[in-house]
Amino acid sequence: MSFPRFAWHRFWAMVVKEFIQMRRDRMTFAMMVAIPIIQLVLFGYAINSDPKHLPTAVLSADNSVFARSFVRALENSEYFHVVKQVANEHEAEELLAEGDVQFVVNIPQNFARDLMRGDNPAVLLQADATDPSATGNAIAALNALAVTALNRDLQGALAALQGKPAPFEVRIHRAYNPEGLTQYNIVPGLMGVILTMTMIMMTGLAMTRERERGTMENLLATPVRPFEVMAGKIVPYILVGYIQVTLILIAAWALFGVPMVGSVVLLYWVVLVFIAANLAVGITFSTVARNQMQAMQMTFFFFLPSMLLSGFMFPFRGMPEWAQAIGSALPLTHFLRMVRGILLKGNGVMETLPHLLPIGLFLLAVVAVGLKRYRKTLD
Amino acid sequence: MTDGDLVIDVKGLTKSFGGKVAVDGLDMQVKGGEIYGFLGPNGSGKTTSIRMLCGLLTPDEGSGTCLGFDVVRQTAEIKRQVGYMTQGFSLYADLSIRENLDFIARMYGMDRRPERVDESLERLGLSKRQKQLAGELSGGWKQRLALAACMLHRPRLLLLDEPTAGVDPKARRDFWDEIHRLAAEGITVLVSTHYMDEAERCHSLAYIAYGKLLTRGTVKEVVEGSGIVTWAVEGGDLYALAARLRSLPGVEQVVPFGNVLHVSGSDAARLEAALAPFRAEPAYRWTTANPGLEDVFIQMMDRAKDSYS
Repeated sequence: MSFPRFAWHRFWAMVVKEFIQMRRDRMTFAMMVAIPIIQLVLFGYAINSDPKHLPTAVLSADNSVFARSFVRALENSEYFHVVKQVANEHEAEELLAEGDVQFVVNIPQNFARDLMRGDNPAVLLQADATDPSATGNAIAALNALAVTALNRDLQGALAALQGKPAPFEVRIHRAYNPEGLTQYNIVPGLMGVILTMTMIMMTGLAMTRERERGTMENLLATPVRPFEVMAGKIVPYILVGYIQVTLILIAAWALFGVPMVGSVVLLYWVVLVFIAANLAVGITFSTVARNQMQAMQMTFFFFLPSMLLSGFMFPFRGMPEWAQAIGSALPLTHFLRMVRGILLKGNGVMETLPHLLPIGLFLLAVVAVGLKRYRKTLD
Repeated sequence: MTDGDLVIDVKGLTKSFGGKVAVDGLDMQVKGGEIYGFLGPNGSGKTTSIRMLCGLLTPDEGSGTCLGFDVVRQTAEIKRQVGYMTQGFSLYADLSIRENLDFIARMYGMDRRPERVDESLERLGLSKRQKQLAGELSGGWKQRLALAACMLHRPRLLLLDEPTAGVDPKARRDFWDEIHRLAAEGITVLVSTHYMDEAERCHSLAYIAYGKLLTRGTVKEVVEGSGIVTWAVEGGDLYALAARLRSLPGVEQVVPFGNVLHVSGSDAARLEAALAPFRAEPAYRWTTANPGLEDVFIQMMDRAKDSYS
């Protein structure tokens, strides 16, 4: 080809055109704003449904008044329902593994003695955290409980042990789920899910629309180059993606109180790569799809595994290896870890990079395929 | 006339889609500044040929130049200097008239963009409606807008693919006046059409059917070269007459034109012999007529059908 160089004026022509079309297409624009809000409300409030009376087993090696008070306090919190007293560790683990109980409360030997000495003994709570929405609130309640549970027993000489810090420690062991998913997980995760769906769909439609309406022929007859078309179509939707991210972050903070430990600025940077990767997928799909309907179908073909295998719906490490392998190839998987890492764990650049890299690679691969597929000529 | 004057000079252009040959060995020479009519029935390969000329399709075989650039390798240069008006309306229906022209102007990286767009709108007579969405325009206006859009970057060659399909006669007339104005300014125009009156307004013609070029030349050359003889007959029951004439040897076409019936054949002697008994009937008045382009083309199509399909 004789004019291999990228020309800003042609790229800019595409960008301006896309913005005008986006503005005219009120329905689509409304959808892009409505989808995040509706999904957030549905998913967000669905996971906030605070399950109570979760089956709990108690493994108590200490039959003191304190131990009994603590167990009673657990029951009174309404989150825990003691279904069984178990005799040994093995039995407890079996119950947990089979899902018969959600929690095992492990009260150590000499709990009462150590407590009275002020040695701050530790109670171990083993939680089946595969479903974080089931355990999150109970665990949160337990922490608060530790402070006050024994107040009535700690009278007279022991009164000094009352209140903060708690007279004993609760150690939480989240079994099966080393990442320690909490209820806050879903909202940041939703950011990735919503971006995946809307970004791929919007660009997928944007390009097939050109073909369906016959405008592609006119576009091809101009000197515009494939990369200019792709870039020109991606940029306006990046902005839309940022609007969505901002909406979700505001909702996460205002409606769901999701903690934002890490840098939001860093988050905005890494989101860019993820949005671009999804837009590239959309455009690549649209170079294959014959019409808008097919582009839509392909979007869902990509969206479903993304949602199911990325660790959004099910804990990633709970999936079989083949599913993990597929999941690892999807940008959403890495994005979820990245967002959760930044927002919940306060991860910085160094911890984020290893997750950003696979998304970057994915983006490059998809752009390469897309450019190859883009038919510069109609044949 | 030297080769340097040829704006389009291609030989043996061939293109197949999925094993079906759409264009088969097309040779075409178009001189600078002429209006070249490209005729042929639906599906004959006109659009495919035009797309190959402007670099949208890569020919399977054949070679040649368009505006001096190689049609296979220098498609980017060709695209910059050719204005291509597609068969269907291919501007953005959800962009206003002005926004569409702005888009094209940006694409070609034109300087003084607002002024150029203004001039173009002025010339079109669309200045007052520039904010109207292109999709809301009537067929005639859409076509004028499309022409303005493909003229915006001042191309040296215009490729118009059935530009007047579905446009009313007045708009068609205006459109052709504009085409002649552009040709007078030195722009070469290749236009495909189904309308014979439009074909007659072209300087040169090419007729294509079943992917093959059947004839070319000026209107006069095409008609004379066809060797067709036509008789016109008036009076009596023409419908009954037509039915009787159709089966005669030497009669190839019997076409009613209002109160006149045109009877044509390519073998003058056979035709005359066949018609002799009817000419004796007093109810009918027979005269010789000039065959029209339509007669010539239908004749050619029938013949091509026998040999190629």
